[in-house]
Amino acid sequence: MKQLWDLAGVFAYLSLLTIGGGMAAFPEMKELTVDTYHWVTFPELLHFYSLGQLAPGPNMMMVASIGVTVAHIPGALVALVAFFLPTGLLTFFVGRLWTHLATWRWRPAIQTGLGSVAVGLVLAGAIIMGRGAITQFFFGVIALVVFLLLWRTKINPAYPIVASGLVGMALHYFNIA
Amino acid sequence: MSDAATPPPPPSLGKLFWVFLVMGATSLGGGVVAYLRTGLVVRQRWLDDVSFVELLSISQTLPGLNATNMSILVGDRLRGGMGALVATLGMCIPGASLMTAAGLLYGAGGDGPWSKAFLHGIAAGAVGLILVVLVQLGAKTLKTYADYVFVAATAVAVAFFKVPVPYALIVAGIVAIWWHRPRNKDVP
Repeated sequence: MKQLWDLAGVFAYLSLLTIGGGMAAFPEMKELTVDTYHWVTFPELLHFYSLGQLAPGPNMMMVASIGVTVAHIPGALVALVAFFLPTGLLTFFVGRLWTHLATWRWRPAIQTGLGSVAVGLVLAGAIIMGRGAITQFFFGVIALVVFLLLWRTKINPAYPIVASGLVGMALHYFNIA
Repeated sequence: MSDAATPPPPPSLGKLFWVFLVMGATSLGGGVVAYLRTGLVVRQRWLDDVSFVELLSISQTLPGLNATNMSILVGDRLRGGMGALVATLGMCIPGASLMTAAGLLYGAGGDGPWSKAFLHGIAAGAVGLILVVLVQLGAKTLKTYADYVFVAATAVAVAFFKVPVPYALIVAGIVAIWWHRPRNKDVP
């Protein structure tokens, strides 16, 4: 029961940090789920996060994987509700107010100001994730190739991500990684 | 061109749930916003492009994921509170079920060397994906040199000096908002 409360607290808190996308919450997610509560190891967190990029729908459904690891199905449900309810309610009510704020002088300032901080948080998440995922040269090559493909073409990201997994298996087969 | 004089009647809650469930199940590869636009603006014609972009800008400013924030805002606009609820559930149920199953399989011994090798590969690929998101987000958001300074300061503080994200968010957020504060000359 204590674990369910912990899950609820952690994911409700993390949800409020997802400004600019789920990655913005990644640094704190690593801190809390790996270092503080030891629910998952850092590689496990990376694996769940990356698998989550392959799942359809919102890209942070991996919170269910952490929840189910900690406290089975109830854990998954608690993690999901905690992660989506607080920001959901906020969006619901602010969404209704927003049209009234259309002419508020501070609105563009808030949008631009928070925008750059959000990009900074996503960058921090990418750096922390890169430290865990790019453990040697060939993994750096995978990341670079995927980056260039997605940046320069309109290809569905699911293909290069799955291909990265197959390359990972090939590296394992040839004992390179 | 859609005929503005005859907007389509609001969908039933069942229909709303179904359309979001289909988008939640088929939006593979992360680009949920593109799927949302195709589904809501082009196919169902529940929204026009102007309202879509307006709701998207709210979604991006507030905390929360774009996909769920958009489901809430669109659901609310079409069918009120219940609409927001069923749209969000539809969007989340497929991915949530899959990731719950993934967690169970992983715990049940699905973490052998082969699946670990596969997952390590996709983790490296996901870093590439995040970098693209970062470049696209940056191109849209960053306008002045000061914005790049805010990005770098936030990222360095969090990733290298382990500053807790809420502190970074509040301090950098206040400085950045103040930097872009409305000036008197902006007022006509």
